[in-house]
Amino acid sequence: MKSRFFPLFVTFAIFTVLYLYCYTQYSSFGSMRVVCNLLRNNAHLGIPAIGVTFVILSGGIDLSVGSVIAFTGVFCALMIERQGLHPLIVFAMALTIGTAFGATMGVFIHYFKIPAFIVTLSGMFLARGMAYVLTTESISIRHPFYLEVSKLVYVFPDKGRFTFAAGAFLAVVIVGVVLAHFTRYGRNVYAIGGNPTGALLLGVPVGRTIIATYALSSFLATFAGIVLSLSKRSGDSTIALGAEMDVIAAVVIGGTLLTGGVGYVIGTFIGVLLPGVIHTYLTLDGSLSPWWIKIIIGALLFGFIGLQKLLSSNTGVLETLRIPRPARQSAG
Amino acid sequence: MNQQLITPLRNRVSGLGLSLTRLHNRNMWTLVALILVLIVNRIISPNFFTIRMVNGRLIGSTINILDGAAPIILLAVGMTLVIATKGIDLSVGAVMAICSAVAVVLINRHDAGADNLLYTPGFVIAIALGVGALCGLWNGFLVAFFGIQPIIATLILMISGRGIAQMITSGQSPTFTNETLAFVGRGVVFGVPFPIYLSFAVLIAVSLFVRRTAIGLLIESVGVNDRASYYTGINARLIKLFVYVVSGVCAAIAGLIVAGEVKSADPHKAGEWAELDAILAVVIGGTLLTGGRFNLVQSAIGVLIMQSLLTALYVSKLHPTANLVVKAIAVLLVLLLQSEEVRGHVVRVFRRTS
Repeated sequence: MKSRFFPLFVTFAIFTVLYLYCYTQYSSFGSMRVVCNLLRNNAHLGIPAIGVTFVILSGGIDLSVGSVIAFTGVFCALMIERQGLHPLIVFAMALTIGTAFGATMGVFIHYFKIPAFIVTLSGMFLARGMAYVLTTESISIRHPFYLEVSKLVYVFPDKGRFTFAAGAFLAVVIVGVVLAHFTRYGRNVYAIGGNPTGALLLGVPVGRTIIATYALSSFLATFAGIVLSLSKRSGDSTIALGAEMDVIAAVVIGGTLLTGGVGYVIGTFIGVLLPGVIHTYLTLDGSLSPWWIKIIIGALLFGFIGLQKLLSSNTGVLETLRIPRPARQSAG
Repeated sequence: MNQQLITPLRNRVSGLGLSLTRLHNRNMWTLVALILVLIVNRIISPNFFTIRMVNGRLIGSTINILDGAAPIILLAVGMTLVIATKGIDLSVGAVMAICSAVAVVLINRHDAGADNLLYTPGFVIAIALGVGALCGLWNGFLVAFFGIQPIIATLILMISGRGIAQMITSGQSPTFTNETLAFVGRGVVFGVPFPIYLSFAVLIAVSLFVRRTAIGLLIESVGVNDRASYYTGINARLIKLFVYVVSGVCAAIAGLIVAGEVKSADPHKAGEWAELDAILAVVIGGTLLTGGRFNLVQSAIGVLIMQSLLTALYVSKLHPTANLVVKAIAVLLVLLLQSEEVRGHVVRVFRRTS
């Protein structure tokens, strides 16, 4: 097996083992109900995680997604409830604003050479701040369109409800996989993440690709905000606090390297579901305290990084631990 | 003859060149930004610089700014060293939460009458600092010996740290009444809040330590190129380990201050966003995220800029919810001023007109 597939394989293996273990403990893990809930409850993390995967593949980072989700929710609620606009028009406006926001961050990163970490950190403050400026109260949305969307649901025989959010999540994952592996844009992202100078010399449009990548990330975060708004039927400026770190953790657990150029969109999909499965298990179990979820996610992160480290260096972890010594010239 | 004619002219040109290089000097921009923010403060509230003595305690906006900035200055000291080695420490907020949780849980055992030397205030503070050092050691080990990228290595503790803090306090936010521990956060010495002394003492001590010894130079060297540093005989791993430990201890002190201020340990709120504020302050202070040259005092000025800005926002009748927006825009402006590309443009425009 190619070693670059190995982290992905391990992620899949751990997910399968974990899921099977959960199934032996609680047979409800075999039902479509749990599967559908997993997809629905993690859609607002999973959708931006696909965008952040592209950003990290290109060698950058995006800390603004949680705030963009919150801003979108508040924006939609205000525009629909206070301004009386039709939700579809509002969604189009929100997606335009979100995409422009991401593209602007991309311009700052590429043309002004300010580190992505700092630019997207400012973006995070800006988007969250704009949400607070719009309103600090929670606004519920009562537009009939929202009711229509909530009726868009496929009910499995065992009462598993495949909602719009779950469908949107799966659709974004599929589009993400196609975009990453079957388009010129995807190859450009991998090239830039692998070696920016090399990519530039080979004629990859670096600037355009980087700006498009941050625009894509913010676009998907906005879309996640819309999906969350549809399922919560309200707008609240404090939702998705700290979501950016959960998203980055999911991307890393999914086997994408933060150095860029290495990783798979499908890995992120599993990386999002893995903490979700643990969460479901802890909820069903009930005896474990809620703080264990954070500690377990931290341990998982550590485990995956350690594993990647072990695999990415051909010599193994013992060799990385040993201090390298310059080769001694043989006397002669 | 000719020489005499040319020299004054050349002097004038080089004088212009000097002012242009000053324009290029990023250190100056930080100070200019602080002065600008202070002037804005003065315009908004005419008695901004007045300090009154009330009940043996100095009261005034500037004192409030210094007091509020103290925990972030402490974090920024550790963070500057970490960033100078090309690292980053996302875990400081979580470490603050862990250390304040440890201190409060232990001190409450002392106040409940547990007869154990370890629960006396002095030992409790020492244990909290030790826990901070341990957290730093963990981060440093992952970065220096395991070769994990700093952002991810510290993300592990950032995410799990709040869980650990909750575990220590059993999910509660315990309060305490011990005056010795509270003194760290709300004590007053000669009319000035104790955290101000603490932050400045740490700032000066660490500055002297890194600048009077070779450590500072070694840190910069590791930040620029750790492999080359290793081959010139610098123990790059030990240096990295050291900076993360310093960062952990600084976070522990900051955690004690925050716990003392509100006389409780909140695993969720203690040090929330603190890591990001500290990183922003360091970057505003001119230390590059790519490592190398650092300046602790500049980072502290960066903290003061943000704190003064916050005060200006509170005092002005601007909508209080606009805080984050103004902060984001101010940070971007400072960063644009510092950006080589933008300054290059500015200098070129100046050259053309002169």
